[in-house]
Amino acid sequence: MEPPQLGLIEQSFNSRYSNWAREALDELPDNFTITDPCISGHPIVFASRGFLKMSGYSRDQVVGRNGRMFQGPNTCRRSVMEIREAIREERGVEISLLNYRKDGTPFWMLFRMTPVFGKDEGRVIHFVAVQVPILRRRQRRRNGEGLCGEILSNSCRREVCSSSSVELAGVSAADSDCRVTALEIEEKCEASDTEKQLAATAIRNVLSVLTHYSESTGRLVCEKRFGPSFVSSSLHISLGRIKQSFVLVDPHLPDIPIVYASDAFLRMTGYARNEVLGQNCRFLTGVDTDPSALHQIKQSIQAQQACSVRILHYRKDKSSFWNLLHISPVRNATGKIAYFVGVQIEEGSVDRHGLSPEMRQLSVVGSIKVAVRISSP
Amino acid sequence: MMLRIKRVPTVVSNYQKDEGEDAARRGGGCGRNCLQKCCIPGAKLPLYTFKRAEEIPGDKCVLEHDDNQAPVAFLDSLLLGQWEDRMQRGLFRYDVTACETKVIPGRCGFMAQLNEGRHLKKRPTEFRVDKVLQPFDGNKFNFTKVGQEEVLFQFDASEDGEVHFFPDAPVDADSSPSVVAINVSPIEYGHVLLIPRILECLPQRIDRESFLLALYMAIEAGNPYFRLGYNSLGAFATINHLHFQAYYLAVPFPIEKAPTRKVTTLGDGVKISELFDYPVRGLVFEGGNTLQDLSNAVSDACIFLQDNNIPHNVLIADCGKRIFLLPQQALGEVSSELLDTQVNPAVWEISGHMVLKRKKDYEEASEENAWRLLAEVSLSEERFEEVKALIFEACSYTLSEKEDEHLTQGAGDDKPPLEGTGSINKGRNCNMVSGTQECLVLQ
Repeated sequence: MEPPQLGLIEQSFNSRYSNWAREALDELPDNFTITDPCISGHPIVFASRGFLKMSGYSRDQVVGRNGRMFQGPNTCRRSVMEIREAIREERGVEISLLNYRKDGTPFWMLFRMTPVFGKDEGRVIHFVAVQVPILRRRQRRRNGEGLCGEILSNSCRREVCSSSSVELAGVSAADSDCRVTALEIEEKCEASDTEKQLAATAIRNVLSVLTHYSESTGRLVCEKRFGPSFVSSSLHISLGRIKQSFVLVDPHLPDIPIVYASDAFLRMTGYARNEVLGQNCRFLTGVDTDPSALHQIKQSIQAQQACSVRILHYRKDKSSFWNLLHISPVRNATGKIAYFVGVQIEEGSVDRHGLSPEMRQLSVVGSIKVAVRISSP
Repeated sequence: MMLRIKRVPTVVSNYQKDEGEDAARRGGGCGRNCLQKCCIPGAKLPLYTFKRAEEIPGDKCVLEHDDNQAPVAFLDSLLLGQWEDRMQRGLFRYDVTACETKVIPGRCGFMAQLNEGRHLKKRPTEFRVDKVLQPFDGNKFNFTKVGQEEVLFQFDASEDGEVHFFPDAPVDADSSPSVVAINVSPIEYGHVLLIPRILECLPQRIDRESFLLALYMAIEAGNPYFRLGYNSLGAFATINHLHFQAYYLAVPFPIEKAPTRKVTTLGDGVKISELFDYPVRGLVFEGGNTLQDLSNAVSDACIFLQDNNIPHNVLIADCGKRIFLLPQQALGEVSSELLDTQVNPAVWEISGHMVLKRKKDYEEASEENAWRLLAEVSLSEERFEEVKALIFEACSYTLSEKEDEHLTQGAGDDKPPLEGTGSINKGRNCNMVSGTQECLVLQ
C-alpha cells in the first residue's frame, strides 16, 4: 500500500495547529502519536521523540504509516479489534498491547487513545495515542524455573524508579527491563496504577498543547464532540479505503448536497474538498450537458432506484469529460435510504485488473452499502 | 428410532425446489444453464486464483490489507461488485439492506434483524438430523443445480505463485473447480456460499483441503468484517453438499468480543483458547507456525467431531487469524420451545447475529432471550471438558503421525523442521502438556 502523500500529512497538522505546536509537542517527554482518520489509511501524522526512541524507528519511517506496523505475530488479535472498534465508534480506549520495535523485539505497553474533535465540524479530527511501556513485575508462576531471578530484579528496579516518573516515561529501547522472553509474551500484561497515571498525564499534556495551539489558527479542537456531524469519522475510515471516484449525497437535506467526496473525485474534477461539500452535484454540469441525462438522474433518485448514465461533465478548469455515472440508493440500519452514491468513471480509463467499468462501479457501491448498513442516523 | 426435525428450510438458490421434484427426471440438457454435465461444457465464469502461503516471503500471511483502514482488497472488491450486480438483476428474493437491524442493548451486543421474507411460507421438509455424516444424495437439492448466473466466480490456488484474475475463464470440469455463489435469501449484504470442488459433490463434512480453501478466502478478502461460517449436519446445515457461507457485517460479532482463556499451545505453534462468559462453550484457534498448521488443527478437530457424531459450527474471523469451533448438543435433547421459535442456532446465530422473522420477536428481542436460546445448544460444562480433551488428543496424535512421517522421509524433505520443538521424540503428547500452565493433563 502506498503511503498517502506527505503533503496531506503536513496539511493535516499545519491547517489545524500553529507552527509552534510541533515544538511544544517535541518538548514533551511522553511517547505518543497523532493520527488522522480522515486521510485514507488512517496514518500517523506526528510521532513524538519519546515514541521514536521507544520503537527504534526514525520519523520518516513512521509518519504516513498506519499503527498496525508496530503489531506482530504475538499481538493479541482481540485487543487489536478493541482498538479498531474504539476508532470506529469515535471514543477512547485504554488497553495493554504487545508491540514490536524496529529490531523485531516485542514489548508490552499500555496503549491509551483519545479522539480530538473539531469544534466547527463536530467530528473527529485526530486521534491521540499515548504508549507507556509496562515494566515486568512479579508474576504468579507455577513453573519457577529460571524466571524468578529476572522478575525479582525487575521489580526491584521498578521500585527504585517509581519515584521518578519522567525516567519511566522516557524508557529507551536499550533497557532490558521491557524486553520479553518467549514465555512471557504469552501472558497478558496488566499495567500498574503508576503506569495508568502516566498515560493519563501524557494525554492531558498532549491535548492541552493541541487545544492551545489550535486557538491561533481559529480552527479549534476539543475533547468532546460539539454539534452535529455530516458523515461520522467511522464512515470516513471505511469510505477512505475505496480508491475510486465517488460522492455521497443526502436526499433528506435541502437541495440534496454532497456530504462526502472521495480523494479520487477531487482529483478527477479538480476541486478542493471544501468547494464541493454541501453543494449539489449540478456544479459538474455545463453548456453541453444533455438535459435528458439530468432528468434521468432526477427520476431515479425520486423512484429510489439505481441507474447508469453517460453524461458530459466539466472540471473546475472548464475542460469537459464523458462521465459514465452510476447512481444507487444506500440504506442504513433502519432499512431506509440514508444516501445516494454517485460513482464516476471517466470514459476510456482502464482498470489494471481487467474489470469492466460497470463492475468497478458496482464494487464501489457494494463497499459503501456494507459501510453504511450498520450506521444509525 | 430416527430423529427428525420439522424445520422451515431457507431457499438458497432460485433453482431449489421441494426434494420431491427432481430435475433429473427431465431427460437431456435441462436448458437452465446449471452446473451439471448438461450445461458445463462451454460454460465460462470469472476466475480468481490466490497465492499460496508458501509463496509469501517472511512471516505467514501478514498482508498489508488485513485491516479496515487499508485499501479494499481486490477479492473483496470483486465479490461485492458481482453481488451488487446480481442484486440489480433481481436475483435475490428481497433487498436485505431494507431489513431493519439493531444491536440489542446489553453487554454482549447481540444483533437482531427483522427479516420477514427469509423463510418460506410453506410445508416444512423433513431432514434427518441425528447423524452428522450422511452420504451425498443426488436426488436432493445440491449446488450443481444452481443457475450459472448465481455463481459469481471460480476460486482456486494459482499455479505460478501470483494472484490472477480472468474475467471470462472456461469452467474446466477436470480441474475440479471451487466456486463462490450467491445465497438468494441473504442474511446480510454480500452473503455468498463457497463450494469447494463443486463437481465432486462432496457431502457436508470437513476435510483438510476444503478447510484450507475457506481460510484462504478469508485471508484474500482481507476484511475483518467478512467472515466465513460452517454448519455441520445436525448443527442446522440445510443442504448436504459441502459448503461454507460468508457475508459482511461491519461490526464485531459478540463471539469475537467474548473473553477467552488460553488452554494450550500445540507443538506446531497453534494456540487454543476457550470462550468464557459466553452462552455457548467453544474453542478459539490462532497462530500456528504456518497457515497449514492452523488450518489442519481446526480441520482435524472437526474431523474428530464429525467422526464421533458431534454436531458443530465453525466461524473463521479476523481475516483468518481467529477460528472459533463450537460443538453442539445433539438435537434430540434440545427443547421444543426452541424449535418452535424457528430460530435455528446455526453459526451466525451462535456468533451473535439473529435473524427474526416475526416483528413481535424483533421488538421483544433481549439479551436474556438471546443468551437463553444459544445456551440451549451449548454442550454442558462436563461434556465440553470431555470433548475438549478428546479434541486435543486427536490434534496431538495427528502431530505425532506427521513427525513420524518426517523422520522416515529423511533428507530431501522440503518441509522445514517444526520450530521450538527441541528434540523430536515419540512422546509428543507430553510436550503439549508441559507447554503452558493451564492445559489439560492427558492420561
